[in-house]
Amino acid sequence: MTSLAEAAPRFGIGPRSGLLLGAGITGAFVGIAILSQFWTPELPTRMHLINKLKPPLVAGIAGTDAFGRDIFSMLMVGAWNSLSISFLSVLMGLVAGVALGTAAAAVRGWIEEAIMRFADIVFAFPALISAIMIAALIGAGQLTAVLAIGIFTIPVFIRVSRGAALRVWALDFCVAAQTAGKGRLRITIDHVLPNIAGALVVQATIQIGLAILVEAGLSFLGLSLPPPAPSWGRMLSDAQTYLSQAPWMAIAPGVTIAIAVLGLNLLGDGLRDWLDPRSGSQA
Amino acid sequence: MTIEVDIGAIRLHRPRQEPATLVENVAFTIPTGATLGIVGESGSGKSLMALAILGLLPKEIRAEGRVVLDGVDLMRLSEHQLQHVRGAKIGMIFQEPMTALNPAMRVGAQIAEGLLRHKPIGGAEARAEALRLLERVRIPDARRRIDAYPHELSGGQRQRVGIAIALAPGPGLLIADEPTTALDVTVQAEVLDLLGELIAELSMSLLIISHDLGVIASISERTLVMNAGKCMEQGETERVLRRPMHPYTQKLIAALPRPAKDKAANLAVAASPIETSALLPRAKLLDGSFLVEVRDVESHYGRRADQTLTKAVDGVSFAIAPGTIFGIVGESGCGKSTLARVVMGLNRPTRGQVLFEGEDIFAKSRSELLRLRRGFQMVFQDPRGSLDPRQSVGRIVAEPLFLDPDAPRGKARKDLIEETLASVGLQPSDADRRPHEFSGGQRQRIAIARAIIGRPKLIVADEPVSALDVSVQAQVLNLIMDLRDRYGLAFLFISHSLAVVEMISDRVGVMYRGNFVETGPAHEVFNRPVHAYTKKLIDAEPRIDQPRKHGRAVPSDEGTFKES
Repeated sequence: MTSLAEAAPRFGIGPRSGLLLGAGITGAFVGIAILSQFWTPELPTRMHLINKLKPPLVAGIAGTDAFGRDIFSMLMVGAWNSLSISFLSVLMGLVAGVALGTAAAAVRGWIEEAIMRFADIVFAFPALISAIMIAALIGAGQLTAVLAIGIFTIPVFIRVSRGAALRVWALDFCVAAQTAGKGRLRITIDHVLPNIAGALVVQATIQIGLAILVEAGLSFLGLSLPPPAPSWGRMLSDAQTYLSQAPWMAIAPGVTIAIAVLGLNLLGDGLRDWLDPRSGSQA
Repeated sequence: MTIEVDIGAIRLHRPRQEPATLVENVAFTIPTGATLGIVGESGSGKSLMALAILGLLPKEIRAEGRVVLDGVDLMRLSEHQLQHVRGAKIGMIFQEPMTALNPAMRVGAQIAEGLLRHKPIGGAEARAEALRLLERVRIPDARRRIDAYPHELSGGQRQRVGIAIALAPGPGLLIADEPTTALDVTVQAEVLDLLGELIAELSMSLLIISHDLGVIASISERTLVMNAGKCMEQGETERVLRRPMHPYTQKLIAALPRPAKDKAANLAVAASPIETSALLPRAKLLDGSFLVEVRDVESHYGRRADQTLTKAVDGVSFAIAPGTIFGIVGESGCGKSTLARVVMGLNRPTRGQVLFEGEDIFAKSRSELLRLRRGFQMVFQDPRGSLDPRQSVGRIVAEPLFLDPDAPRGKARKDLIEETLASVGLQPSDADRRPHEFSGGQRQRIAIARAIIGRPKLIVADEPVSALDVSVQAQVLNLIMDLRDRYGLAFLFISHSLAVVEMISDRVGVMYRGNFVETGPAHEVFNRPVHAYTKKLIDAEPRIDQPRKHGRAVPSDEGTFKES
């Protein structure tokens, strides 16, 4: 007795459109970043002073900057630099943070206490401060950015992984594994990690979005990749001087950063809802 | 107040899917002052009925039919009009008293809230009325307790407060959804007694929903049996339980745990597809020695800093012979789970010894303990939490082989897994599936398969059937007895349910506040209890073969449990 209208699929904003949109945006950025290593409309580092400060579509898709460089090509290569630094730094934070966090959950006692207080202390330093300190030690550059962002990501993962791991440790299958003679490390690898992986993937996605913002901030201040390698943050900082004459110089990288971070956050939130069995049925 | 319920259907409407029918054609009438019990297993739709009556179904679930309360069809009322019915005319008592009460609000204020909403009275009057109600539901020291927060009260007291809240606006009908399921049996008996007394005194109608036939039998005049969203049968409670007409009801009653003397009845519910080998001779006691001996075990909790010390286990001794089931029965907090962990070697006792085949497991080195531990395994209460959702059933079952150097590898291991799955009544092909594809009872079989794969001599089972429905519970209990007989396995079987322990155990210990008050052969302890606590437990256990004992029209020959 079902009417056709009820049986027909309904269009519009479905429960997973956020996830799909986020995955689409993120996928597009990754694609562009990889493409930029093989092809760009112009050489992003080639100066062409006659063509300087041309608005979008007059010269190139997104116009040119004060040296006549093609902004769109710079954005493409900037995507590679930005994403690779963000990804590497979050990977570093993930590996170190999860190792410490799951160890804290497995061992408990004073070791857990020490790890958590360490996380609190690292949390107290903004990425900017640690970047300046690291830059003072080893000079500005890609490694500085990766280390600075990575270090400030560690405590995030310590907390997330410890909390999730404690919940898993409280379940009976961990006791069952103990009675089978498995040690804490073995149980962490066999049972805890697979069960917290979902939460970690979600957190990592959101952290990459955050890392892009921080990397932009660091390169704005000249603490990340040195010129002439294009980076979104330094493009913004260069645009400052020409805000009234050539607003596209600021708008293009600004919008790009916003869309990239939005895409990653949508992907992270979407993944969380999708992986969490409590939020509705999975088809 | 008369309520007439005639639900044609309750359907779940999901986007892009056909509506699923959850409940179909359930109709009943509760006249003023009458009691009706709805009994059914999980997923039978009994709780949906309660929500449908109150108009509280989630928005994607819609009910069709009529709910007529004194001539008014509640299904036709607006949400605003319904708010004057809920609470004022129909009171509701929930299962979990901890979550049903607001933890941030004093209990007196929570009772007064309903009074102020539905009655034209002031704050001082409402407080006086709240105090009167607290005294009425027999909260000791009500004058002080009125300003307590829910966490300061015990579980039974919280449920009494829940009853006081439901009663406060003076409803004519009370709906109680599993009101005593979260409570210990002795507390359950007190709460049911109070409930029966109150509805009689205030001539209210009661709709009580429970999975427990004994609870229904003890309080309701009429019973409605539900299964898979349909009404199976309905009638006088005594008639339904003594002479059930519907096959489902008969099956449900046959599945109730009963002592071993009704062996024939137990075997009626097949343990598993395996041929019943329950009649094979039991593994003989070798020279009368014990498999496990627990000697004067004490386990203390507490911090040295604040001088608080709780003796969870306080000097327990017992022994388990090979191939027998030792049952421990006790209420929550009596220390039975701590004792289980000590016997498993997971918690070191403060004092005392646990001897496994004569060797003290706590005097061993770690590797020695691991070797010994292959001889004993554990089965847990919640089959959801005890299986790793990310692993295949085959991997889960094989886990105890992890440290066993003699365990078979490769093909032989695969065969062993399949053989073990078959011996607990599962398919060999189930090894590749994941736990979430199985029902609660099947998951418990997986957990048992994991426990027996290493051919242990002892299995510690902590409330292994408490999370299961009655019919599934019977199958798992039969499986356990079958394994004892087939493999000569010994069990330490822990449960809060007397009936289950009585049915399954060879010897039992009744545990109370960290110690055994009574031990002995099961039939002796339960038929001729010596200790007052054992007697109280047996008395409190709801059974279907007793007349209705709570509420009005108590037969005069059983007048002892009337007014207190």
